[in-house]
This record gives sequence, structure tokens and C-alpha cells, in this order.
Amino acid sequence: MRACLAVLGLVLGAGEVRVGSKGFTESVVLGEIATRALAASGVPAAHVRELGGTRILWEALQRGDLDVYPEYTGTLAEEIFSGRVRSTLDAIRPALAASGVEVGAVLGFSNGYALGMRQPVAERLGIRRFSDLLRHPELRFAFSNEFLDRGDGWRALQRAYGFPQKDVRGMDHDLAYRGLEAGAVDVTDLYTTDAEIRALGLRVLEDDRRHFPDYQAVLLVRTGAATPQVRAALARLEGRISAPEMVAMNARAKLDHVPEARVAAEYLQGAGLASAPAQLPGVVDRFLKNLRDHLVLVAVSLAGAVLIGLPLGILAARRARLGQAVLGAVGILQTLPSLALLVLMIPLLGIGARPAIAALFLYGLLPVVRNTHAGLTGISAELREAAEALGLSRWTRLVRIDLPLASPSILAGIQTSAVICVGTATLGALVGAGGFGQPILTGIRLADVGLLLQGAVPAALLALAVQGAFELLGWWLIPRGLRFSGSEAR
Amino acid sequence: MTPLVLLDGVSRAFGGAMAVYSLTLEVARGRTTVLVGPSGSGKSTVLRMMVGLVRPDAGRVLFEGRPLTEASAPAERLRMGLVLQGGGLFPHLTVEGNVALVARHLGWPEPRIQARLDALLGRVQLPRAVLPRTPAELSGGQRQRVSLVRALMLEPALLLLDEPLGALDPIIRSELQDDLKATFHALETTVVLVTHDLAEAAYLGDTLVLLRDGRIVQEGTAADLVHRPADPFVERFVRAQRALPLGAQE
Repeated sequence: MRACLAVLGLVLGAGEVRVGSKGFTESVVLGEIATRALAASGVPAAHVRELGGTRILWEALQRGDLDVYPEYTGTLAEEIFSGRVRSTLDAIRPALAASGVEVGAVLGFSNGYALGMRQPVAERLGIRRFSDLLRHPELRFAFSNEFLDRGDGWRALQRAYGFPQKDVRGMDHDLAYRGLEAGAVDVTDLYTTDAEIRALGLRVLEDDRRHFPDYQAVLLVRTGAATPQVRAALARLEGRISAPEMVAMNARAKLDHVPEARVAAEYLQGAGLASAPAQLPGVVDRFLKNLRDHLVLVAVSLAGAVLIGLPLGILAARRARLGQAVLGAVGILQTLPSLALLVLMIPLLGIGARPAIAALFLYGLLPVVRNTHAGLTGISAELREAAEALGLSRWTRLVRIDLPLASPSILAGIQTSAVICVGTATLGALVGAGGFGQPILTGIRLADVGLLLQGAVPAALLALAVQGAFELLGWWLIPRGLRFSGSEAR
Repeated sequence: MTPLVLLDGVSRAFGGAMAVYSLTLEVARGRTTVLVGPSGSGKSTVLRMMVGLVRPDAGRVLFEGRPLTEASAPAERLRMGLVLQGGGLFPHLTVEGNVALVARHLGWPEPRIQARLDALLGRVQLPRAVLPRTPAELSGGQRQRVSLVRALMLEPALLLLDEPLGALDPIIRSELQDDLKATFHALETTVVLVTHDLAEAAYLGDTLVLLRDGRIVQEGTAADLVHRPADPFVERFVRAQRALPLGAQE
């Protein structure tokens, strides 16, 4: 148990300031910037990248699993405080303080909803602000489906400004950008720091009636972790990132495929906030770290599944009625969607390896319990009678006769469980557990197939290796007399 | 002298059907008692009651005068040996592992185990070469011999055999019948054997107990059953054993 905790401590990196980020490029870049700014001020810091979502990060901050993460005032007002406070800094600071959180730095840019047009078209029509659109009812609008459906999206915007345009369509956000590029669409919704603003040469129109809530970027810091050194390090970022700078960084990371760590380091160097050049881990180092994280996830959860699953399977085989209940319960666990199970674990266990291990452990239980039960109840009546008639105690019978007879089935269950764990562990990256899910997650976010394969291929190979290892283990562990006839106990 | 085993008015039902009905039976020491009867007559159930694998719903089982209970059965079983129809050998153990399992568990010194093995293997005419084999590598007849060795390993006071030859072909069966008879006589141990074959029962048994529908119909020697049948059922059971038409041919 102590060894397990020590491993967990290593995985979670105890003693450092832990900076979190959400699963989109800008958040990851800001997380890197905060981490490096802390390190540059002599505060050891680690970045837990690409966590599942706002709720996960907020709760991790509350629990103390995270100390710092980038957030937006609008998101705080809408999602965390459910619209009970307005999205201004003055309104939000006291609400944060009540939760033991403070604003470490207001970074200087906003990333809110806005409308955008191609620069030459806007120039030709003389459009700078939302109100200017009123004079051009012929313009074709294409909005992301989410923006079209949201209560505070298109409908509210139309009411606020009284837009006359008839040609309004919903489509996938990326398609809307393509349409803009091809000239089939004139106006689309965007976030004010989208990488595409630079790539497509877009003009971000000014929300002159202040319809959209403000989404000022801030670094949140847990008051409990806000030592003077941490406060000072974060304060150096106050007001230092402008919207065009953020757009440029997003484009570098997302469109040019420059690693976020380098983008962040170059920014800090350029702004005179850090002198050290970007020290990026090489492909091999990253691979080894992912492999180690992945193996720890699988090994700890599998060991737990065997230690708990085997006795449960024995119990289920001994007591028929209790057995049905146990098998039913672990069966239900298996039907829970893995993502849901991971998220359910966060309030209990925080982020990092712990919730991932807990979820994997629960998934790993069923094959072990079911195969132990099946192996033991599958022992023929004659062998059971022969064993009982020998006059051995129940315990000796279990160890010397029943479990060896059931060993092919039990080992097959553990094998299934291990392969499931290797595969499902890739989802652990969503809650900051690392492993081969990390490059998969980043690869999906950046639409970078190469990066995605850096996670997917090793994970698949690892599953095959585990499968093979268990075949060998079976050859070694399963008694010779049981190998000829397979798993069937004659 | 108390009988080795006493079944005292035992009854047992399986799912509402009576398998054994208020049955009383004494098993005399040093003799071979054969439970014989058609399928479903309850003979296997009676045998299992003696080793505690089946518990009577009513009545009691005494072993050497002591009641056989759930708590006492494991210890008492160390003084019994059981041979089942299929041998009941554990496929994950070698022949030696099967035979010496309990002796090793009880901490017998290895020379004693080996000496006992030698004696018993000679008794049932098996070479030592079978010891490292697994049960799957044995013939049906060899399996039954190994099963017999396992049952005799601890020098039991009571040897129980449930249709031990039922799955064997006629020649091996007849060979084994000879070996069993010789072994029973040599060891002078108390034997209870179940069979549905009256000829086998007559060949091996000192006392025959004929069962029908969970009751004892007649108890006695083979000659008693043949010449003094207690009722028409016994006569029918005896007549059902066909003799070969030897000597009818010129």
C-alpha cells in the first residue's frame, strides 16, 4: 500500500506547483507559459496538460490537485457561477475568493465570441463594428451549429442588434471557415483568438453594443498555494499577452505544428520574461515517459483487480445467491461508459493517476471475477467429490486442487482484464494521468495524424505484448496435465 | 464388536423424490459388502452417506460408533478411501502428485511415502514409470488402478468403490476384478462396493445388499439371493443376468 502511494506521488509529482490546462491549444499554450514563468522565477512547476474540461479543472483546483490554471471570466460567470455573477473582474473576484481561489494575473486579451469577415471584403464594404452589418442585408451568415442553438448565441444577438440578414445557415465550424475562404460565406462566428484569424486574414468585428459577455483570460491560483513567490511570478504576466499575440501563438501551435512548449518558451524569451531557451524533451524521452506512465496505470489497476477480483470470484462460486449479486454488480460496472466513469472519479479522487487507476480497476474486475467463478463452478462433480472425500480442509482443497484446476480460466480472465486496461488507459490522459493517451489527445486536437499514431501504435503494440506475455505465463503457470485438454476440467 | 459403519434409519430426498427411504444397514469389519441394484435404487447415495458426501435428511450415520457430522467428516475421511467410476484423478497433478497428495500434506517423510507407493504399485501391477505421467496419459484401466492406489495410500479402515469398473471394456474389467478381489483379501480391509452387475457383486462380495427404490430388498450371500429370493423382484433381478449358452454347441 505504501509502495502504491509512493508510485502515485511520483506520478502526480508531489511538491511542485501544478499547472493545469484544458484540452484546446490556447489553454495548453497558456499552461506552458505559466509553468515556465514560474520555473523562471525559481518556483518548481509541472504542467498537467489537456484535462477533460472546465468542471474537471475547477474541481481539481478546489481539491488542491491543481494550483494554477488558465480560465476566462465569461466561463467562470456562466459555467462555474451559473450566471449568478456578471463576467467582470470586479464581480468575479469576490466570488472566487469565497471558493478559496484568486486571480493570479489578468493576461491582457479576451477570447470571447465575435463575428469575423475576410479582411478585403470588410475593407471594401467599410465594416468595422457589428452595427455596420445592419447596412448590408445581402451578406451571407454561416454559424457553427452550437452558436446557432445557444440561448446567448445567434438569436439573442439578432434581437440585440436587429440584424436583417435572411441567409443564415448552421454548419460545422471548420466548414464555415472553408466557406469564408472560398467566398461562399461572408460572416461567421469565431473566438477572438482563433488561429484561423491569422491564417485566413480575417477581420474581427467589434461588438459595439457589448452583447457578448467578456471572456478575459486570467490565471487562476488556489489561495492555499499562492505563496509570495508564486504571486510574484504570475504577476509578471499581468497584461503581457495581447489578442494578436495570442492569435499568433495559436497559429504557430495549431497550424504550424510547433510544440506548445516551444511556442511558450519563445514567447517568454521575446517578452523578456525568461532567458532559458526551450528545452524540449526528445521523441525518445517522451515515449519513455508515456510508456512508464501507461505501465504504472495498467500494473497498479490490474494488481488491484486481481487482488480483489480473485477472492470475489471464489466467494461468488461458493455462495450461489451472493454470487449472482456479485456478478451482477461487477457486470453493471462494465456497462458504465469509460469516460463517464473517469469523470465520476474526479470528485472522489481528484485528477492524475488516481482516478484513472480507480476506473481501470473497476473495468478490470469483471473478467477476473467472472472467469474465477466460471473456472471454479466448471469443475466436474466427480472431481469435486474426489477432492472432498480426501479429507483435506476447505482451504487446502482450494489452494491445492480447486484453484489449479480453474487456473486456465482464471489466467484467461486476467489476460482479458490486462488487455482491456492497456486499451482503456489511453483515456486516462483526459484526467491528467499521462500515458499513450497523451499524444493521442494532442494528435486529435491538432488533427496531427503522426502525433496520434505516436500514441495509438505503441498502445496497440503494448496490448499485443501483454497478450503474448500472458500466453507465455500460461505455459509456465498452468499445470501440464491441463494443457492437453485446454481449460476443461475432466 | 460395533460395526465399522452403521446407517441408522437414514432417509434422503432429492428435489422431492426419495432416493433412500428409512434404511438401516451395518457394514461388518474386514468383509466386502456389495450394494447392488438397478439404476436409481439409491445404492450410490447410500455409499456417499458413508463418506459424508451426502447428508441424510433423517437418521444418522455412525463410523466406528461415532456420528459422522459435517464437522467430524474431514478428519474421519482420512481413514477412508474412495474410488469413483471415472477415477476422479486430478488432471493438474501427476500420478505421484495424485497418490501422495494427502500423505505429503500430512507431512509423511518421503521414504515412507516411497515405500508405500512401491508396495501399492506392486499390489495393483503398475510400474513406477507411471508416476510422472498425468492422468490424461493413462488408459482407463490404469486410471482405475491409480485411483485405487490413491484410496489405499493412508491405509484406510474403510474402502469405498462406486461402480469402479463401470466404464471399462470386458477384458480389462475382468482383469481388474481379479486384482480387486486379490487386493481385498490381501489387505483384509473393510470394503463397500457399488455395482449394478450381479455377477461382479457375487464374485467380489462376501455380503450382497440388494436395493430397490431406496430400500433394502434382501441382504445375504450371493447364494441366498439366487436360491432363496426374498420376493419376485429379487428373482427377476437374478434372472436378468444372462448366462452364455456354453456347452450347447457340439
